[in-house]
Amino acid sequence: MSGTGSKINDFVVRLANVNGTGSASANFLFAKSIFRSGVFMTPKNIFPSNIQGLPTWYEIRVSEKGYLGRREGIDMMVAMNPQSMMQDVMSVRPGGYFFYDSTKPLHPQFKRSDIHYIGVPLMQMCNDNYTDARQRQLFKNIIYVGAFSALLNIDLQIMIDLLAEQFKGKEKLIEPNVKALNMGVDYIKANYKYPLEFHVEKRDLTKDKIVIEGNNACGLGAVYGGATVLSWYPITPSTSVAEAFADWCHQFRVDKDGKNNFAIVQAEDELAAIGMVIGANWNGARAFTSTSGPGVSLMNEFLGLAYYAEVPAVLIDVQRTGPSTGMPTRTQQSDVMEAAYAGHGDTKHILLFPSTPKECFEMTAESFDLAEEFQTPIILMTDLDLGMNDHVSDPLVWDDKRKYKRGKVLTAEQLEKMERFGRYYDVDGDGIPYRTIPGTHPTKGSYFTRGSSRDEYAVYTEDSAAYKRNVDRLAKKFETAKSKVPAPHIYNAKNTSKNAMLFFGTSTYSSEEACDLMKEEGIALDMIRLRSFPFSKEVHDFINSHDKVFVIEQNRDAQMRSCLMIELGIHPDKLISILNYDGMPITADFIQRSVKKVLAPGKVVAAN
Amino acid sequence: MTYVRPKFRHPELPKNKLGYTLSYYEGALSTLCAGCGHDSISAAIVQSCYEMDIEPHKVAKLSGIGCSSKTPAYFLSNSHGFNSVHGRMPSVATGAYMANRDLIYFGVSGDGDTASIGMGQFVHAVRRNLKMVYVVMNNGCYGLTKGQDSATADLGSKSKAGSVNPFEGIDLCGLALELGANFVAQSFSGDKHQLTPLIKAAINHNGFALINVISPCVTFNNNPGSTKSYDYVRQHIQTTGMADFVPIAETIEANYNEGTHKKIQMHDGSFLTLNKLAQDWDPTDRMSAVNALHASRAKHEVLTGLIYLNAQGKDLHNVLNSAATPLNTLKEDVLCPGNDALKGINEEMR
Repeated sequence: MSGTGSKINDFVVRLANVNGTGSASANFLFAKSIFRSGVFMTPKNIFPSNIQGLPTWYEIRVSEKGYLGRREGIDMMVAMNPQSMMQDVMSVRPGGYFFYDSTKPLHPQFKRSDIHYIGVPLMQMCNDNYTDARQRQLFKNIIYVGAFSALLNIDLQIMIDLLAEQFKGKEKLIEPNVKALNMGVDYIKANYKYPLEFHVEKRDLTKDKIVIEGNNACGLGAVYGGATVLSWYPITPSTSVAEAFADWCHQFRVDKDGKNNFAIVQAEDELAAIGMVIGANWNGARAFTSTSGPGVSLMNEFLGLAYYAEVPAVLIDVQRTGPSTGMPTRTQQSDVMEAAYAGHGDTKHILLFPSTPKECFEMTAESFDLAEEFQTPIILMTDLDLGMNDHVSDPLVWDDKRKYKRGKVLTAEQLEKMERFGRYYDVDGDGIPYRTIPGTHPTKGSYFTRGSSRDEYAVYTEDSAAYKRNVDRLAKKFETAKSKVPAPHIYNAKNTSKNAMLFFGTSTYSSEEACDLMKEEGIALDMIRLRSFPFSKEVHDFINSHDKVFVIEQNRDAQMRSCLMIELGIHPDKLISILNYDGMPITADFIQRSVKKVLAPGKVVAAN
Repeated sequence: MTYVRPKFRHPELPKNKLGYTLSYYEGALSTLCAGCGHDSISAAIVQSCYEMDIEPHKVAKLSGIGCSSKTPAYFLSNSHGFNSVHGRMPSVATGAYMANRDLIYFGVSGDGDTASIGMGQFVHAVRRNLKMVYVVMNNGCYGLTKGQDSATADLGSKSKAGSVNPFEGIDLCGLALELGANFVAQSFSGDKHQLTPLIKAAINHNGFALINVISPCVTFNNNPGSTKSYDYVRQHIQTTGMADFVPIAETIEANYNEGTHKKIQMHDGSFLTLNKLAQDWDPTDRMSAVNALHASRAKHEVLTGLIYLNAQGKDLHNVLNSAATPLNTLKEDVLCPGNDALKGINEEMR
């Protein structure tokens, strides 16, 4: 039997649970205790579209080097779900460990000769120590976390401290939880060799980093960005954006009289949600909605209106696996084209692509500035992986001197001095007209907002020349946006290779890791991370200065590659797709295998 | 088109308390068909705002798509207007109201815009009780697409082409009552004297106010056999009575008979006096109002007037517990918690 090698701070643990059994908080306790040990970890919650009873997995990758993408190969499988046990036992890498409840003997069909087995009689221990059925269930989770403390060398005091924080105000619960932790520790110490060859060693790597879900960071970013109106319709995986915004508002936006400086309405559907956002923005408030692909489909009509009538709007699209209902609780980057061109007729939108919780926070706040500066919808393209999983992130920062950029909004004084206000007149030559907020001036500045053709003074017209002037100005506005939206991140100031990788959003961590891995094998690649659409000149120049560009994305149809071809006129042969679209977050192994198939066919090692 | 509205106005036209004449409340020249009922409704809105001394720029006019939804261009040219998408005006109005609770909101819609494509948004606007006047210009047909039956066309009503509508018509007032609307009125575009005080009372109502106005389509649905023609409605109208809106500042001098009149106090202290013709109907009792509607429908009559009023309901901002200051006026100092708060948040995430 071969071991997995002595891999300090470099391993993957996957826990198989039944959803609705309270495993999530125990598993997070485990993950957070590794983070508190000063070591990078990245948890992925792989959950069903169901409330109770179906299999759910929680996967934690520990990485000394700070790699935060998902890694293939499971070093230890924690099998708490009889339903998925066969699949679970087969997924352990040779030499890995299978942790199970040994209250009843393991059926021979689950025996593999190439892996190790660690049995702890969890159910027996719970039955012996607790009388309440729910407690037996909950403490079973805590006992296995305690067992990991011994097996993986995690300081037990860190876990005890985390429990104390979790049960602040409910101190009575701390003691029985600590007791359960100790039961797990004691059983391992009495029955097994510990720690395992892969385990945690304390480091000081995480410094001032934080652990936060992307959706939570988006909700907070909306508070900092000055959003006062939220209208939303529940849909996985975006729901927690709205819930986070509501929570942060209750913390920061209730005035001294107990009145709310915000308004949140749960809409009847996504059409109404974006409709309210458009109505509120038209009326001068910063408003947003959050949704996922099916919601964006429904919002197409209104997005076209906002584009054409030039009303600011912010939409957070937490992408999930499509088409149609798809896999609602799995991740993808598959709304790129839909979002970029949402709406009938010649319609285009500004998209932002965050790749970390910190960027979720910053880009959400910035979206409100961009929406008002460009008087158009801004769509923040995050996804389930970024939004609903905890991520180690740089701390969030806000510049207190920062002022909201409200764009070209005319005041009563400015209107007073004007001879005639032309809502759609290109005064500055950048395609961005001046707007007014209803109620500003008694006789100047009122106009009729409409989705039908109009002239520069917002008067209805079916004159072809006036129509064309207007849509050409909208195209010019989009051109202006190219240099104002977040610039791409180009990793090397000077090119180091003829070949490059291009990626965005949650494909970032694994792409960076793949680049490192290939560099060790002598395959050099330059990298660019897109942060927005439309693409700036830098994106065009970067691609043109390389022979081959691997476009890494998480959808079947290479949507970003299509956008690059459409918008920049790049020859298709130059853009080589690397596509992961099975609903699981992309891995570095997959990327490097795919790149090597093209650049170094001899070096490809089969997946394990 | 080169139509120009004559600018000449009699120099001695009366002025309201703000010093504005009626013409100040007008809009662009209507492009609807000559004789269209919708133009009469626009005129009643103009009259109401003039009589109530409303600053036009403190009004927002919102509509969907259709003949009716064009009308906001034809009244209150100093108000901001928003001609949104088909059937979606209620959500745009809701968002606008969330952003600024201080404006007066006019939603103008048609029977297609409200009872078909916009039914979903309409019912939710009713139940959210946002403070707005929701006028349905109801002609029972699709005018802009040349006369197809709408969902409010009555069962058995005959179209201009001669086909008979085989489906039950949706009764918007009955629906609104069922959904808990606190202000439900019905009128006829041919009766401006009834419509104007209803609009005034609706503007003053602290919540969602529905006025369903039967407004015949002169081009496509004014034929014999249609139940939404001028002739048919005139013959079948059953007026519940006249509403007489008295703003809070004015003393009530008229001496009303308690038996035939009902005085209702609005949320701000003003009074609405109803001249009741039907003795067995109480406009402050929802059940009674529902019964009155059903009774008139059974007799193929069109019940008009203020059908139901509850002046004490909570509007959306009350429900949401919003601050009195309109949200669209708040600045960074109130909205942004700042970097110190963020440091605390970071600490909790470690």
